[in-house]
Amino acid sequence: MKNYLLKLADDSFFMGHRLSEWCGKGPYLEEDIATVNIALDQLGQANNFYNYAVKLLDNGKSADDLAFLRYEHEYVNAHLVELPNEDYAHTILKMYAFSVYQKLLYTALSNSADEELAVIAQKSLKEVRYHNIHASSWMRIFAGGTEESKSRLAAAIENYWEYTKGLFAKVEGEEDLIAVDAVPNPDELYEEFIKITEKDFQDFGLIYPKDQWMQKNSRTGYHTEYFGYILCETQYLQRAYPGCTW
Amino acid sequence: MTNLDMWEVFIQTKPGLSHKHAGSVQASNAEMALQNARDVYTRRSEGTSIWVVPSKYIISSEGRDQAAFFDPADDKLYRHPTFYQLPEGVKNM
Repeated sequence: MKNYLLKLADDSFFMGHRLSEWCGKGPYLEEDIATVNIALDQLGQANNFYNYAVKLLDNGKSADDLAFLRYEHEYVNAHLVELPNEDYAHTILKMYAFSVYQKLLYTALSNSADEELAVIAQKSLKEVRYHNIHASSWMRIFAGGTEESKSRLAAAIENYWEYTKGLFAKVEGEEDLIAVDAVPNPDELYEEFIKITEKDFQDFGLIYPKDQWMQKNSRTGYHTEYFGYILCETQYLQRAYPGCTW
Repeated sequence: MTNLDMWEVFIQTKPGLSHKHAGSVQASNAEMALQNARDVYTRRSEGTSIWVVPSKYIISSEGRDQAAFFDPADDKLYRHPTFYQLPEGVKNM
């Protein structure tokens, strides 16, 4: 369960981090606030999962230690959340795919045999339902917009869609959790993901990247080349000033 | 962004109360106006319902003859419902 919680926490932590890079730089004020709110939601989810992991680890480590002081190979997030924001189309595509994944994941986890996990999932589900609404609206706007919005979204899909399957990779010990119904089987979630996104793409007016080749090795401790730079930002303060407090 | 419309946002804090004007947002269409209003004006649980209206549909009394519109009502005390006693137990009137 500890590894599983880290999987959930790390995904949300780095997604929240990437989205927070838009703070003050959004296309216009209201959208800036919207994206940053979503980033905060993600960080809140990460916080909940890290705190639960801390309880289970019971070794003196805090949530901050887990979030900020692990080494690259110890983080089990998916590659998708590490990818750079590029432009708003790339960012929205990440947000969209991730929100579909999280909606499926948290819906299933809301019925987990593990009560504490179910409670976190129920609360988080409401947040990600909104993320999904928001990202889907933008997908629709870009897909039906100008030549520029269409071409940027097409580029985003071409560049990033191959990382979506990585969201459904398992971590060590997950099979056992699946066997006792504590967590859903990601393979089943992935089948749903394909159905939902295929229908959405049709709805948006986009061509679905069917049978897209998918990147491998998400959640193995091997990361994209962007990860090092992210850790520099997230870990600098904690490593330069160990034990710092506000 | 020069081609976003202005929308006025009204928030209802509790069911049954009226929607109060909370401010404005810029958005390209009604769906985004509603979402942006949710993100900007209900972050701190300010409300349970949102109305958005394109600003151009709000017709205001600004710029009209203010004195003619509002002053005559000031000296007509007899129009106020203050000359009867409220029965006990009536909380909201």
